[in-house]
Parts: sequence; structure tokens; C-alpha cells
Amino acid sequence: MIRKLFDIIANNAVPAVFILISAFAIPLSGYSASYLIQELLTRIGRNSFLILSLLIPIMAGMGLNFGMVLGAMAGQIGLLFICDWGIVGIPGMVLACLIGTPIAVVLGIFCGHVLNRAKGREMVTSYILGFFINGVYQMVVLYLMGWIIPITNPALLLSRGYGVRNAVSLLSIRGILDNLIPTVITGTQGAGQFLNVQGGNAFILLQMPFLDGTIRIPLATLIVIGLFCVFIVWFRRTKLGQDMRAIGQSQAVADSAGIPVNRTRIIAIVISTVLACYGQIIYLQNMGTLNTYNSHDQAGMFSIAALLIGGASVSRASIANVFAGVILFHLMFIVAPVAGKNLIGDAQIGEYFRVFVSYGVIAIALVLHAWRRNREREAARRSLRGNRGGE
Amino acid sequence: MIKRFIDRAGWPRIIIALFLLGLFIAAPFVGVRVDTSLSNTLVRFGMNGVMVLAMIPMVEAGCGLNFGLPLGIIAGLLGATLSLEWNDEILAYLIEMGLRYKISWLTDTFVMNWREPLGFASAIIIAIPIAAILGWFYGKLLNRVKGDEMMIATYVGFSSVSFMCIAWLLLPYKHPTMVWGYAGKGLRTTISVEGYWLHVLSDALAIDINTENIHLYIPTGMLIFFAVMAFLVWVFMRTKTGTAMTAVGSNPDFARASGVNVDKMRTIAVVMSTVLGAIGIIVYEQSFGFIQLYMGPFYMALPAVASILLGGASVNKAGILNVIVGTFLFQGILTMTPSVINSYLQTDMSEVIRLIVSNGMILYALTRKVRAGR
Repeated sequence: MIRKLFDIIANNAVPAVFILISAFAIPLSGYSASYLIQELLTRIGRNSFLILSLLIPIMAGMGLNFGMVLGAMAGQIGLLFICDWGIVGIPGMVLACLIGTPIAVVLGIFCGHVLNRAKGREMVTSYILGFFINGVYQMVVLYLMGWIIPITNPALLLSRGYGVRNAVSLLSIRGILDNLIPTVITGTQGAGQFLNVQGGNAFILLQMPFLDGTIRIPLATLIVIGLFCVFIVWFRRTKLGQDMRAIGQSQAVADSAGIPVNRTRIIAIVISTVLACYGQIIYLQNMGTLNTYNSHDQAGMFSIAALLIGGASVSRASIANVFAGVILFHLMFIVAPVAGKNLIGDAQIGEYFRVFVSYGVIAIALVLHAWRRNREREAARRSLRGNRGGE
Repeated sequence: MIKRFIDRAGWPRIIIALFLLGLFIAAPFVGVRVDTSLSNTLVRFGMNGVMVLAMIPMVEAGCGLNFGLPLGIIAGLLGATLSLEWNDEILAYLIEMGLRYKISWLTDTFVMNWREPLGFASAIIIAIPIAAILGWFYGKLLNRVKGDEMMIATYVGFSSVSFMCIAWLLLPYKHPTMVWGYAGKGLRTTISVEGYWLHVLSDALAIDINTENIHLYIPTGMLIFFAVMAFLVWVFMRTKTGTAMTAVGSNPDFARASGVNVDKMRTIAVVMSTVLGAIGIIVYEQSFGFIQLYMGPFYMALPAVASILLGGASVNKAGILNVIVGTFLFQGILTMTPSVINSYLQTDMSEVIRLIVSNGMILYALTRKVRAGR
């Protein structure tokens, strides 16, 4: 009974703590409801796809795929090329995805092979692999681009003639997917009309009288994310998805049932890497600038933290966890610095606090998972021994 | 014979050693002095040696690579900053003790002449209990998560560093050389140890040849300090406790069957690793000249982990020789690549090479087929 209660608390401790923190921090920050909703909607559109890409390796029992930064790097290389070629708008984005896909597939296959050699410690290996490929990525982008790989646009290159600048403007595709179907929620005008927002007409989806402003909805991005969710639900039911779930339960059993374990694990990582590549492109079209040497690093850390805050564990994650995580994590992201400033008079503390929380949450989630797994193993051993044993 | 040597050393190590040798050979041709490079390598060897040494107990006790080194580093940083904060008080206290207990040699001239080494010693003495306490909790945590130590260690390191970022801002440090000038509170990001214990080990007994043809600097004191620490660890690993620890790392079930308290041994190993990490960062700082706070210790575990692996350690086997060889190779490459490759290619590729070599090495160790069961 007490153990069951403990399990329930352990399973939901992280989201509960975050709801509590937010409940305190939101009033302290003094932000209006419409501002918060707008920010959250933007961030859901920006981050969900990246986080969703983590689900499939978890299903296959490979833990959190810290190697998703590989996919993010592939996406960034695609973006650099379309910037160089000056291809704008939706065609640019599609082309970036097309360039990124083969790179992501190759990196994913590599990552899968490496992880198959390190069974049982996939997470730390994929984590270090991210650093390793980061080194290779830096070598390619900083030394080979503009020298061996043709990049000619002077806006991209460093003044020395080769190597890409630290910050690349993505103005040509900025917000292109978010604003593809311009839609707003407003407090002032009636639903079903058109409203002039930012030089274009936007369709008013809903009228909510209590709002004190206009909220723009990244509808096209949300549709893409929705389609992706449908894909995941469908994928779980396919033969391949079932195989992955079987492997996630027990590799040995899956193997004796005739499932090609190593191959399926590689496929899971490849899918994740390719999706992370698309996710990073969606993320960056919203941000509008590419930090050539840092964007991908943060992508991995923040996505994993968000997923865990949403109540997922290393071995179990659902689509609901993704959205709960995005909302809770980014709510804290928005309010923590201001709350810290209003509370202690130092915005820097709020900033450090949220960094601490992101890392702390990952640490706690990993500890809880390992702890529970060890306890279950212990219990299983005890049940095998039966009641005749002395202990 | 050669084949056996290759088998024992492993290909990545040989390639990197040859690469380093090549760099040393190429150096004179691109106008880089071999003697200064060698001096730099030795200095960096001494700076990082103890932190690499901190890997041994945890690896031997089967806790994996200590990615949680930042925890020990934080204890060291606390010791270092507190020794600066209380420097005057500590010295005054020592003089008072000398008077009160009639210790004839403990006079004010002695204390004043030796105030730098005394300050350094006080940093270490403050750091050790902090490290031991942190390490004890850290060890208890790692005992509960057997099998996942490395990933959790990484995030314990990260979260403790980011937690300390808040603490550095809020802790009531007062010393004017350490806090931000305009606010009068909150520690600076880098604090100079000049005037306290800058180069106190490095310059002790240092060999400094500076003539027309040769510029050689050997930080003898720092190397001796490393040798003493290495010897202590070596002796410890051969005591009863040390042997039991190795047994736990090699085969926990067998160790338990022979009456070894597995969890206790692992805790001792983690405490030792954390304490060595704390001492290591103080040695590093006295040579480097600055205490780096905030995000400074964030990635410090990776070079140390890479060094010991480069020296031939695996995820569950490591010795003193691995530390010495690995630190020398790793720091050698770090010193040589910027100077040699920069002069040759006119660009700074050292950072990229460091990333690829260090992480490639860790990756190699993680994916090596080790004995089954883990």
C-alpha cells in the first residue's frame, strides 16, 4: 500500500513540483494571461517536434536519445546551404529538409551501430557521441565550408574567406511555416472575420472576451505537429513499431522471437535522427537566427529536460508527456527570470535557477528510473528465491 | 613482440602517440621551439595530473568514469575562495597558536615568510572535509543507481555546478578582491590568486633555464606533489581496503560472497575521487593563477576522463601508469596542436582537435567489448 503510494508520487513527482513552482512564479512575474498564452503557443510550435523525435528510441528501450543533436546538426547544414543559395520561403524549408535527410540518415546509422556496441549504457554513449560529432561538425563548418565545400555568400562566411559565421540570419525563412495560415485569437472583434495584423489579413479563429490583446497562432506548424503525432500513433501499430516495443520490453525475448534486434534498434535511431533534423529546421524557422556553433547543443538538453518534466521516464514516454512537458518547462522558462528579479532583485539568479532546474530534473528523473529498476530487479530475484530463503 | 605491444597498448593510443611524436618532430620546421613546448606540456601535466588521478578509485570500484568530477571541483573552489577570504584570519590564528602553546618555530616571521604555502595548505585543508561530505552523499546516491552511474554522475556534476552558480552570487563573501566592485557582493567569475598562493607549487624547486639557446622550465614542486599524490593512491590501492575495492569493481557478487561490504567500498571510492578532484583543482589554480567560478568547472570532467582513457584505462580498470601516460599524451596534444598546426595552416584548429580526440577516446572506451555481465 505504502509502496504503491510511493510509486504514484515517484511517477508524477516531477510534473507536480513544476506545477507548484509555476503556481508561485506566475503571479510573481506579473505577466498578463494573453502574453503568457502567446509565448506558450509560440514555444509549443517551436519545440514540440524536436521533443516528439525522442519518443521512438524510448519505445525501443534505448533510453533518452542524447544523439538527437546529430539530427539537429544535419538540419543546420541543410539550412546553411539554402541560405547560401538564397532560396526563400517554403521551398527553402523543404529543400533544407531534403538536404538534411541523407546526412541525418548517415549519422543515424552510425549512431545506431555505435549504440549497438554499447548496450546497457546507450545514454552516456549517445551523449558523448553528440560531443564527438559536434567536433566533426565544427571542423566541417568552420574549416571545410568555403574551402572544399562551396559556400560563396559573403554574409555567411567569416572575413578570412572560409568557415561560417557564428550567427547566421535566417530572415529568408523566418516564421514562414508559423505564418503560412495566419490565424489569431482576439478579445476585441468577432469570430470568423479577418483582422489586419502585420500588413496581412489574419483569420480570427476565436473570440475570447477576457483577453486583452491579440494572440497569433502558428496554425500550420501545429498542423504539422498534429500530423506527426498521428504518425507516431500509427507507427506504434505497425509491425516495426510492435517489434520495437518488444525489444524495449526484453531484448533476449525479442531476439528468440526472431526479431532482428540490432537492425531494429538502428532503424529507431535513424527515424529519431531524421525527425530531430526536421524538428531543428522548424525550431530555427521560428527563431530566425542560427547560432552555428551552439543551437544544436541546447536543442538536445532542453528537449530532454522538457520531456522528463512532462512526466516521462527513461523507459516510458507518451505524446501527452511531450505537450505537458513543453508547457510546464517553458512556462518556467518565461517566468523564472522575472520572478527571480521581482523576488530577490537579480534577474541573473532566475536565469541560473532555470539552468539548475533543467539539469536537476534530468538528474532526478534518471536517478528515480535507475532506483526503481534496481528495486524491481531485487524484488524479482526475491520472488524467484521463494519464501523458503532465510532473508 | 611488436604485435603484443600493439595489442596491449591498443590502436587509438598508438596513433595518438605517433601523432604527438610527429608534432614534436615537425615543430622545429615551422618555427616552434621544442624546449618551450616541452616545458608547457610539463606544466599542463602537473596542473591536470591530480584531477586525472581522481578517476582511479571510482573506476577501480566499478562506479565507472567519474563524470561527476565537477562536484569535487566545487569543493576545491569553496576551499580556494574561503582560504582567500579568511587568509588574514588564518595567519593571525597561527601566530596566536604559536604564542599560546609556546611553539618556538611558529613565530610571526615564520608565518609571514611562509604565508603563501600556508594559504595553499589552508585551501586544501578546508576543501577536503567539504569534498568528503559531498562525496559521501554522492556515493550513497550512486549506490542506489548501480548500472547507470555514468549518466547520473554527468547530471549530478551539471546540476551541482549550476546550483553553485546561484550560491556564488548569494554567499556572503566580503573580500574586496573577490566580490564585484560596484555591488560589493557576489563573487567575480574569475578571481586572481596573485599575492596569495600563485605558483606556490610550480615555482618550488623549479628548474628554470633561460639562456640564449634554451628555454626550459620544469615545475619540479608541482611534479613532486603529483608524484606524492600518485604514490599515496598507489599505496592505498594495495592496502586491504584498496584490494577489497578492486575486488568490488572486478566482480561485485564475488566480493560480496567473500564478505566485502560492496556499498561501503563504493562509497569510500567515491569519497576518495571527490577529495582528489578537490585537491586537483587547487593545484590547477595555483599554476593557472585564477579561480574560475560559475560555469568554469562545467566541462572539466571530460578532459580528465579522456586523459585516463588515452592512457590505456578502460571503463572498469585503471592504474597510475594510465594516468601518467594519458595525461602526458593528452596535454601534449593540447599544447602542440595549436602552436604547430597554427604555424602550418595559419588557423586555430586546436579546439576542434581537442573535441574530436577527447570525445573519440571516451567513445572508444565505452564501445569496447568488455566482459559480459554489466
